[in-house]
Amino acid sequence: MNARELALIAGMTLVTFLIRYSFFALGERLAFPPLVRQALRYVPAAVLTAIVVPMVLLPDGVHWQVTWRNPWLLGALASGLIAWRFNHLLASIGGGMAVYFLFRLVLK
Amino acid sequence: MAIVLPRTGPPHRLGEVWAGARDSLPMLVGAAPLGAIFGTLAVPSGLSRGGALAMSLIVFAGSAQFIALTLLAGGAGLAVILLTTLVVNLRHALYSATLLPHVAGLRQRWRIPLAFWLTDETFAVMLRRYRAGDASPYKHWYYLGSGLSMYVNWFIWTLAGLVLGSSLPRLESLGLEFAMAATFTGIVTPMLRDRPMLGAALAAGAAALAGRGLPYKLGLLLAALAGVAVGVVLERRRAT
Repeated sequence: MNARELALIAGMTLVTFLIRYSFFALGERLAFPPLVRQALRYVPAAVLTAIVVPMVLLPDGVHWQVTWRNPWLLGALASGLIAWRFNHLLASIGGGMAVYFLFRLVLK
Repeated sequence: MAIVLPRTGPPHRLGEVWAGARDSLPMLVGAAPLGAIFGTLAVPSGLSRGGALAMSLIVFAGSAQFIALTLLAGGAGLAVILLTTLVVNLRHALYSATLLPHVAGLRQRWRIPLAFWLTDETFAVMLRRYRAGDASPYKHWYYLGSGLSMYVNWFIWTLAGLVLGSSLPRLESLGLEFAMAATFTGIVTPMLRDRPMLGAALAAGAAALAGRGLPYKLGLLLAALAGVAVGVVLERRRAT
């Protein structure tokens, strides 16, 4: 590892850690104002949906695949339905993966 | 005579660690091909083997590591790579703020490693653990279990990619990444019980699609902010 690489990795470590630690660092010294608290309640639903939706509708990252021939879409729909109906995470993941792999086999 | 109370759930530290690792299993499976690809691509991109291992060991940020490889291969300078790392990882500040109320009471010696292990995957798993109704005082041990398992897994698969390289079977063709999509879907769906929450998710999903061409995960960050804004507006409108 040369000096340039060392600097690169040390820099990336510092930047990444400081972002992740940003709010944790403050601990109990920080009390969010009501508006921020209200806003933060929506972060989970917003972030997770924003990660999943493009993965599922454009599995290759380029082409839209809004069709029943898309195993990503079918698997995610199965996961969502099971989670919605039964609120059981493991069943939702297992069911979604079963549908996903089944359709990959069938549609191959 | 001592009365033995029946145990429900894992009330103990090690039980929480184990549960955190176990519940992260689909994410471990989903991250495996990515770690292996990172290990495989590192040397051809101009990173040394030691550098690749060090990155997985002390940076521990998948997306940023991949983008760093691309930039390195393209001959980008140090400042550009660090600035890009900052932008790519900005979403973690949002996670840090969201989880703060749950970790604020912990000592620094807990908050520092937990911050280091704050990834998309552990964030998702922790949302669910913190929302669970039980009052376990050891939920941070669950966080430890999730973070540590993701960490060790990422390192092992980076190493496998480095050592085995192209002789490694093509893990990415197995579709294991779907495990991550299934888990995120399973975690998010039960949250969408009221109109503001549903509106936030729909807006975030639409914005993510619209912004998917943006580089450095900016589309994801903007989508999250759009979703939050819509959720707040809908909630206020309902209240008035």
